[in-house]
Amino acid sequence: MRFLRVPLQYALALVALAAALFWLPASVRAAAATPTDDEVNAVASQLYCPVCENVPLDVCGTQACSQWRAIIRQKLQAGWSASQIHAFFAEQYGTRVLASPPFAGASVLFWLVPLALLAAGTVLLVRTLRKPATAATGAAGPVSEAHAARMERELDDWR
Amino acid sequence: MIAALSLPHLLLADLGLSAALLAFCSALYAIPAALRKDARWLASARNAAIAPFVLLTLAVACLEGLLYSGAFGLQYVNAVTSRAMPWYLRLTALWGGQAGSLFFWCWLLSGYSALVMLRNWRRERDLQPGVTVVLMVTLLFFLGLVIALENPFNKLWVAPAGGVSAGIWQPAGTLPFAPNDGRGLNPLLRHPGMIIHPPMLYLGFIGFVVPYAFAIAALVAGRRDDAWIRVSRRWTLLAWMFLSLGLLLGGRWAYDVLGWGGYWGWDPVEIAAFMPWLTATAFLHSVLIQEKRGMFKHWNMSLIILTYALVVLGTFLTRSGVLSSVHAFAQSAIGPWFFAFVALMACVSLGLLLKRWELLRGDNALDSWLSREGLFLLNNLIFMGILAACLWGVMYPIISELFTGQKVTVGPPYYERTTGPLFAVLLLLMGVAPLAAWRAGAARRLGRAFWKPALLAGLLPAGLLLAGITQPAALLGLWLAALVACVTLYEFYRGAQARARLTAGGFWHSFVHLVLRNRRRYGGFTIHLGVVLMAFGIIGIELFQSETQATLAYGEQLSIGQYQLRYDSLVEFPASDGRVITRATLNVSKNGRVVTQLFPRRDYFTDSQQPMTIPAVYSTLPEDLYVLLVGWEPAGAGGATFKVYVNPLVNWLWAGGLVFIIGTLVATWPERRELQTAAERARAAQLAVRSVSAGA
Repeated sequence: MRFLRVPLQYALALVALAAALFWLPASVRAAAATPTDDEVNAVASQLYCPVCENVPLDVCGTQACSQWRAIIRQKLQAGWSASQIHAFFAEQYGTRVLASPPFAGASVLFWLVPLALLAAGTVLLVRTLRKPATAATGAAGPVSEAHAARMERELDDWR
Repeated sequence: MIAALSLPHLLLADLGLSAALLAFCSALYAIPAALRKDARWLASARNAAIAPFVLLTLAVACLEGLLYSGAFGLQYVNAVTSRAMPWYLRLTALWGGQAGSLFFWCWLLSGYSALVMLRNWRRERDLQPGVTVVLMVTLLFFLGLVIALENPFNKLWVAPAGGVSAGIWQPAGTLPFAPNDGRGLNPLLRHPGMIIHPPMLYLGFIGFVVPYAFAIAALVAGRRDDAWIRVSRRWTLLAWMFLSLGLLLGGRWAYDVLGWGGYWGWDPVEIAAFMPWLTATAFLHSVLIQEKRGMFKHWNMSLIILTYALVVLGTFLTRSGVLSSVHAFAQSAIGPWFFAFVALMACVSLGLLLKRWELLRGDNALDSWLSREGLFLLNNLIFMGILAACLWGVMYPIISELFTGQKVTVGPPYYERTTGPLFAVLLLLMGVAPLAAWRAGAARRLGRAFWKPALLAGLLPAGLLLAGITQPAALLGLWLAALVACVTLYEFYRGAQARARLTAGGFWHSFVHLVLRNRRRYGGFTIHLGVVLMAFGIIGIELFQSETQATLAYGEQLSIGQYQLRYDSLVEFPASDGRVITRATLNVSKNGRVVTQLFPRRDYFTDSQQPMTIPAVYSTLPEDLYVLLVGWEPAGAGGATFKVYVNPLVNWLWAGGLVFIIGTLVATWPERRELQTAAERARAAQLAVRSVSAGA
């Protein structure tokens, strides 16, 4: 019995964990005096240029992308943070340069839908999960007609 | 005088086109013939459903001849081949572009249809009309698209003013036009992986049309048993194996060619191929429950319908250009048709399912969520959750552009956050479900079976924790993978042990016979072991990948992990196929000892002005050292930029893939008993025919 109640706690823990993962703040790196390639790439890996579809900026080989990386280097040198640089590019070229839609404006919906789905699914699951539990506790009491019929049927099968 | 197609080329093109047209007509005829309630008409429909394969084989052979011999006056041949390409790439250019790959799709579908007609005809007579109609409708749709809108036999025509157009018929006032050379295949696709990856993916995609056809036929015929599953079971497994192989090869190709240090980028094109795999995997699991316990009938029908819809949707997403922009979709000739077809098939299938809803009530009720069937259902729900996350991620950019006009990118951060926890739950279920009993779900009993492997598996993360690895996600993931490994290996051990005791044979002898006698079960467990290895690989590369980038002069070195890389030289030279290769030489030592030399390079295709970064990899079982040449100063200045990754455990991913495929092969291979009964049945049928004719 006790075990059957566990899924609810697990489910709630899962939701909490998922929510925590969703709003994990992006790591903000302190600006260095002379940014290394690795620092530039760390910022660039979260950006996508509008021309090279689905290729992150840190590995894109085109001329345009290396210019973007040069801009990132300048900004880092000027002491900008990663999120400031991301915001700068998003403002210049639209939100599509970000690796995923920001949690702002119309795209709030984008992030809320999976969370809502997860919540709805969990509630549904937990409610169904509880049913066999109540059936099991009821087993000590009077046997329902359907249950008796089923027992008869299965005994017939067995014979 | 402008060059035109030579006479043999013209004949080949016209022969191929005629064969394709005849195949279309034959498929069209098969539909009304199959729907007549008459055995002779049905037999005729069967022949008419086999004929397209013969005709399309001829048409494909013609197209291959044209590709091979360089008939550059054909639009498709011109677009995907060139004189410089080797013969095997010219032949495989059949699936190198839009028109050819759709044509290839049709040919494979006609092949599947013919095989179904030849192999599965005798059994389940009342399913035959439905199966024929579904297969032929799908074939007609794709073949119609090819012939009307994306014809690989389109010729090039040039107007006196200089404009070049393409079409089957000569537009007024134009002349035939055959350039001396073609534009050639996209350089990224000139790789061995690309030779086999698309056919595997297509074989997988199209294979799912077969179980769908049987499912719909069963709905139409009003059958409530699981005959459709039994007949199409092996087809489903086969299709699933091809799709898995296609996905794996795609990952390998990305790792070898695309040069970003990874194997999977959550690109919409990848996800389009991954979504039917998710539903098919769920289906393969829940089908077991229908066969054993007569449950989940609605669910299985829905899953196979969904798989089919996702196959067509995936083809639509990747072929219509809708992913790059909604406007590209509107301009593409095939996009709207595809959309209409997906919608139509989904509505018809769902309508049928609802009509037969009462008929498909389960024979048994779910007794407990901790029973085997309960956990299988949970597994299916998790697969559906992953599917929902993927579908939302792929569709959102389209929805956003459509309604707000704003383009967005949905990249790895979204997918990792949404699907990561779900994959972890899947692993947990994979470890728990084999321990659960059918029907009964006593928590105490399950707990008793669970604690030993759980504790044993805990040794791995405990050891790693002592070694200084503290990432919770990694420890959890590795514990789950180890748990699945323990449980699965124990299943093998237990079975073999029991058998050895019964038959008094040796342990290994019993082990082999155990697997051979119950291929589906132990093939499935082998697949699980493959997944464990892949999980180790994925956790390794996703959570422990390290990278660095540096610009070096000759003789300078950079270090990453235990490796030191010294930049020795850079050469630039042209290759025979028109590319210019820039290649660096790096001396690699590990902990101070020289282990190898690496040659990362950048190929520049001058005719298409496309660069291609080819990584150099030092591959060992624990990790790959993966080096990219990112840039360099003009020769002499001596500065070159390298990006270096250390990818831990990535080879476990490939090894796991191999085990996975071996497991699928074991599960798919016909069991001897079944073969025997099939042979016996055939003999019995022969005898019956003989006695009937003797009686007459």
